[in-house]
Amino acid sequence: MTRVVIVGGGPAGIAAAAALVERGVQVTVIEEQRRPGGQVCRSPSPGVALDVDRLLGGDAAGFHRFHADFAALRPQIDWRPETLAWNIQGRSLQTVSNGALGNLGFDALLLATGATDRIAPMQGWTLPGVYTLGGAQTVLKDQGCLIGRHVVFCGSSPLLYLAAMQYRRLGATVAVLDTTRFGAKVSALPKLLAAAGTLAKGVALMAQLRRAGAPLHHGVTLERFEGDAEVTAVQWRDAAGRRHRTPCDAVAYGHGLRPESQLAELAGVALRFDATQRQYFPAADALGRCGQGVYVAGDGAAIGGAEAAAMSGRLAAIALLIDAGHAADPGALPARLASLRRFQQGIAQAFAWPAAGIAALDDAVPVCRCENITAGEVRAVIAPDLGAAEVNRMKAATRCGMGRCQGRFCGNAAAELTAAALGRQDQPLDRLRAQPPVKPLPIAFAIGAEEWP
Amino acid sequence: MPEASPSRARLVRVARLTGAPIRIFVDGAAVATQEGESVLTAVLAVSGHLRELDSNGELRAGFCLMGACQDCWVWFGDAPRGRACTALVREGLEVFTRPPAGRGA
Repeated sequence: MTRVVIVGGGPAGIAAAAALVERGVQVTVIEEQRRPGGQVCRSPSPGVALDVDRLLGGDAAGFHRFHADFAALRPQIDWRPETLAWNIQGRSLQTVSNGALGNLGFDALLLATGATDRIAPMQGWTLPGVYTLGGAQTVLKDQGCLIGRHVVFCGSSPLLYLAAMQYRRLGATVAVLDTTRFGAKVSALPKLLAAAGTLAKGVALMAQLRRAGAPLHHGVTLERFEGDAEVTAVQWRDAAGRRHRTPCDAVAYGHGLRPESQLAELAGVALRFDATQRQYFPAADALGRCGQGVYVAGDGAAIGGAEAAAMSGRLAAIALLIDAGHAADPGALPARLASLRRFQQGIAQAFAWPAAGIAALDDAVPVCRCENITAGEVRAVIAPDLGAAEVNRMKAATRCGMGRCQGRFCGNAAAELTAAALGRQDQPLDRLRAQPPVKPLPIAFAIGAEEWP
Repeated sequence: MPEASPSRARLVRVARLTGAPIRIFVDGAAVATQEGESVLTAVLAVSGHLRELDSNGELRAGFCLMGACQDCWVWFGDAPRGRACTALVREGLEVFTRPPAGRGA
């Protein structure tokens, strides 16, 4: 085995790199950001004196451990930050770094590409001041900025409570509007007990928020993010159907995570539909093996959080070593990872994706924020006999999913709307196909021009 | 037409900046920033928004804040259009929240 390339310098990619280096294997690690850490271990930009210990509380130890491990590993790997892997052709990764195109051949490719927020469209979700839940944490960790002084954390995700508590610690007033019922969390308990420590942490966060006087409501129905030139309030109904309005100057919004699986798809990896999460993941065996020298790990392989990400990175590296003829033994790791992922299925049940709410979206709600395409415009082109009867056809007819985000933020909802219009909600959803480049590149780069525009 | 943009800062800084002073220009106006700040946080420290949506002019102020949604695209004076959230400030950088004269999308 000569050339091993890892894409992603978060907990999964770095754990994989460490496991390979331990066995004397040379690795190249491609990272789009300037610094390692992915989203969960993102460090402050140099020049931003953020008190990470105060921000992260009990999670600070994991953050410091990751960065210490990386510092030790750094001299032993070919570390390439600020490098975007934008396509895969055959056994070559196409990259761009500081405006220069590159090709990086590989014999084995380990994709640890992470995840982004999964978003259900909502009236007012394009207003200034409405940010993804992950984004609210990113701008804090990286830039030392809060998205507002009075922030509503809403949607369905265990991270609502974590992020709200981080904001509270740094002086914001916060409210949590959780769209899943408390009962759904109780009925998911058997699966959640698979990771009792994480469950206890979540319950403790809820208690801390209550003690801090933060309003915290389960089972709410979000109706609208209100405002003209910026968000000024969230309108919602409680579990009994009563209307409420919570004034705010910012909203952190999300429904869990979606995998960044585009590179896996472009590498020829099959995707499998997860009926509980109602989304697709790269098909891999228990170690993260996808075949033909491609491996996946971390949230880009299966949503599981930082601990599962590091574990799956290590496992994918072990699979890679075994396939290359090394004597390597995964030991008890697959069982531990399976247990963490059972917990994640419990999380997906306890914090459900609002499929029915998306199917019932008002026609006027924008679904695609890049191209400003509404739910009504999507529905109008979906006719089983005449028009687009599949989500990629819908995209071609409407431009929903064709904008600069490449369907990252509308794709899940567009698939739900398409299925609902066709009466196929009980079947695996359609999926927008990945297209290179996986993120926009200035055309001047692609044609090698020195001048622009 | 969109309403006049709110002039107050959108983001709230909770960490001290220790980097060297850097002056950038936002729609032609000088803005004092410091090394290490992203263009997004620098602009949203003086403005409520980053850009107007190409198709209908509505105001946008970014969304994912991690380089995925591309909703924070601005015009740069010396480079192609691109993300504000992943670009860092540098001395003399010109940033525009609407197309500068002679520049299209």
